[in-house]
Amino acid sequence: MRATVVVFPGTWSDNDSVWALAQCGIEARKVWHRDEVSFAPDELVVLPGGYSYGDYLRTGAIARFSPIMEPVARHAEAGGLVIGICNGFQILCESGLLPGVLMRNGSLQFRCQDAYLAPVSQASPFTAHLDTSRAYMIPVSHGDGRYVADESTIAMLEDTGRVAFRYAEPDGRVTPDANPNGSVNNIAGILNERGNVLGMMPHPERACEPLLGGEDGNAIWRSVLESVGAKV
Amino acid sequence: MSVDDLALQQVAMTRPEYERLLDLLDREPTEVELGMVGALWSEHCGYKHSRPLFKHFPSTGEYVLTKAGEENAGAIDLGDGWVAVFKMESHNHPSALEPYEGAATGVGGILRDIFAMGMRPVALLDSLRFGPLSDQRNRRLFRGVVEGIGGYGNCVGVPTVGGEVQMHPSYSGNPLVNAMAIGIGRREHLLSASARGVGNPLVLVGADTGVDGIHGATFASVELSEGSDAHRPAVQVGNPFLEKLLMEACCELAEQHKDWIEGLQDLGAAGLTSSAVEAASRAGTGIDIDVALVPRRAQHMTPYQVMLSESQERMLVIPKKEHLEDVLAHFRRWEIRADVIGTVTDDQMATIRDGDQVVARMPVGVLVDPPQYPPEGVRPADLDALQAEDLAAQPDLDPSEAGAALLRLLATENIASRRWIYRQFDHQVQNNTVVRPGGDAALIRIKDSTKGVAASTDCNGRMLALDPRTGAAMAVAEACRNVVATGAQPAALTDCLNFGNPEKPEVAWQMEEAILGLSAAARVLETPVISGNASLYNEAPDGPILPTPSIGVVGLIEDASRALTIAPAAGDTVVLLGAQVAQPASTLAGSEYQWTTQGRIAGMPRLDLDHELRVQRFVLDAHGRGLLTAAHDLSDGGLAVALAEMCFAADAGIDASDIAEGERLDAALFGEAPSRFLVGTSNARVLLDLAAGHGIPAVAVGVVGGDRLRLGPIDVALEDAAREWSEGLDRMLAEI
Repeated sequence: MRATVVVFPGTWSDNDSVWALAQCGIEARKVWHRDEVSFAPDELVVLPGGYSYGDYLRTGAIARFSPIMEPVARHAEAGGLVIGICNGFQILCESGLLPGVLMRNGSLQFRCQDAYLAPVSQASPFTAHLDTSRAYMIPVSHGDGRYVADESTIAMLEDTGRVAFRYAEPDGRVTPDANPNGSVNNIAGILNERGNVLGMMPHPERACEPLLGGEDGNAIWRSVLESVGAKV
Repeated sequence: MSVDDLALQQVAMTRPEYERLLDLLDREPTEVELGMVGALWSEHCGYKHSRPLFKHFPSTGEYVLTKAGEENAGAIDLGDGWVAVFKMESHNHPSALEPYEGAATGVGGILRDIFAMGMRPVALLDSLRFGPLSDQRNRRLFRGVVEGIGGYGNCVGVPTVGGEVQMHPSYSGNPLVNAMAIGIGRREHLLSASARGVGNPLVLVGADTGVDGIHGATFASVELSEGSDAHRPAVQVGNPFLEKLLMEACCELAEQHKDWIEGLQDLGAAGLTSSAVEAASRAGTGIDIDVALVPRRAQHMTPYQVMLSESQERMLVIPKKEHLEDVLAHFRRWEIRADVIGTVTDDQMATIRDGDQVVARMPVGVLVDPPQYPPEGVRPADLDALQAEDLAAQPDLDPSEAGAALLRLLATENIASRRWIYRQFDHQVQNNTVVRPGGDAALIRIKDSTKGVAASTDCNGRMLALDPRTGAAMAVAEACRNVVATGAQPAALTDCLNFGNPEKPEVAWQMEEAILGLSAAARVLETPVISGNASLYNEAPDGPILPTPSIGVVGLIEDASRALTIAPAAGDTVVLLGAQVAQPASTLAGSEYQWTTQGRIAGMPRLDLDHELRVQRFVLDAHGRGLLTAAHDLSDGGLAVALAEMCFAADAGIDASDIAEGERLDAALFGEAPSRFLVGTSNARVLLDLAAGHGIPAVAVGVVGGDRLRLGPIDVALEDAAREWSEGLDRMLAEI
């Protein structure tokens, strides 16, 4: 399979994403947000982290109008895989591909630190092959990562298995202390209805090598590979 | 034009300086000319009080590729075609008035110095000084500066991997914000900031030019005072989003289209004036600029304002004329504005027009030749008595109080964990951070190579207050020790020379002494000075700041996977290298223990540079032999604090109760003698034998394990000690 990493003005996890995908044997191209592109049906589209348009107005609020978001939305509607990481998650929420919104962290401060994620739903290629009995160490790095939605939306996400990850202790227990930003129900990532679109605040592309502190993030890319049955 | 004192004051020029200008021009300057000269002759741009001392700095060495002053930053050769460029710069006065924007634009400015050289910024560090956090005003500045650094650095995608912060009353109202940036790239992509090639266009790229920051360089060259708030418009406002685009566009230009351009130069202090004039000076050419072509964000700007605006996020590109269209298209693709504003000339003149009218025309040589004032220093009268104080006359610490003394020290604003700060900084972006903030030096790896680069900033102004020469040498030694503690070889240094008003004889003496000490240490430790910056006139109403020449040392490790942290493993033996545990009372001079227990400092700090070098080399040698599992430098808080920090990092206690603390318990535990490391080893016998063979003092202090921290008479629960240390800053900053 191939991956495409989208670069908006102000994106900074594009190179990190390409690097991490390469660690798992996935070849990735970078495309500029104004480039005319089409995605193959089995292509993985990555909306990476950063400060698209400087987070001006509201995180992700301007990037959702970028030309590339049309083919991205079509790809998602056709069942293609889309993952939004950090700012990418914010863009997915702003563009309506995922419900809810990312608000200022509860601490009102930026947080860059290790976080432990407990996988919840396995109903997606991104999470199907994760081990729900353990926590994955994947760092966070954001100022606006507090996931919020109205009560009925949260209930719907919880009831339909669309919560992908929760912030947890290293042993997997979900506690208030493990929540770095005040997200509702410790939600760190959510899926769309079909499970082909994942938005998550933590950065799996940063947990890609033991030298940098761990490689738990690779589990997500490997799960995708296993799910789509691609040869590495 | 008749020039009154007010006009001169506005450009921080003295009457004799004005008369020198009249002599050089052989006529009266125009208003624009006076403004341009004033800015370039200011201390901030012209270094008129500090440059005479720069001759003391060692400037060459094994690694040096670009020497200090040649370009926007110095460069070192890392081997195999890899190059690192780095520099540290101050943004003190802006941060005093407007902490968020002052600190943010300090980060932006230092990044432009790096990518102007074609190198991709890969790391930021910050050396910060504030007044005590017990004062609400200092807490406001502290929070604002930290937020500003994060706000800018996090947005541009360059990791903030290290730095240090110290609090002292002399910095109240005049905080120090020194930002250091490191860029890494291939040697063939190095660019020069030269306006080469007569007839080549000058292209201004990035932000529109506004009225912000006018006289910023001048404002940085006078003391802060009650009226300083009126200078608030001299503080620029940053746009990190635009900086990110500029950085990508410039790095891509260097990496893929270097043949299109002759030079790339940033716009910093004194804006277009210094940028264009320095580029012409480097190339031995002239420049001809039409201010009417400069895009603006304010109406009715005068040529004077356009030339002196310090609007941020602007660069000057000097394309080869045949590639002008390529360069303009390149920036358009990155959605960045680019305009031709002038040309390179062969007359060595700086000619500024406003449409048809010439508003300034001066030899480049005059502009870049500020008057120089060799410091005329006087040793402070009370220093002899202060240095001669017999610290042994103070009563020693009672052994039963030692545990409580450690807990108190761990929670002080100068020793407590810096996590409150660095968790607000993205320290991981770019996927290179091997040793993260919280240890000694930070270490980043270079992709597509096994190599890594370590960096540390250090300076203990208290040591300089007692003896500027020794204190400055100690700052170099400590920064090198921190780099060595990661397993990297120190290669070169940058400095940010923060002092008070150099026109005061005692400050001038401190400057000269400090530079002599810095130079001596840099020479012995083989870390030449490759870049730097001077920030003078750092005075609050109560007097000058502690002399604070912040030192940033960069080192090289050939195999980044062999980087050391300060965390030993359970079961490891911790060995003290460089000295015995027992220390004389004199090593408490300037220490955090002395400062917090007595509220004052006294005594004479000591440093043996040859011994320092031997110890550092031994640590690298021992690590090369695979004997070390961890290493930590001893500095603030001495042996006890260093040992505690290693235990916190390892999340394990230690039993070091059986040490020979000698006659002075306080000095053994908390003395701050330099040239010492604590290392972890799983092979203590071999390490101790090797040390003995090299004549390096070494003593095994204890074995890691358990949940208690035991050192001599100290016996505290690791959990209690860790809480004091990790919550110290949070508690102080919990109050508004």
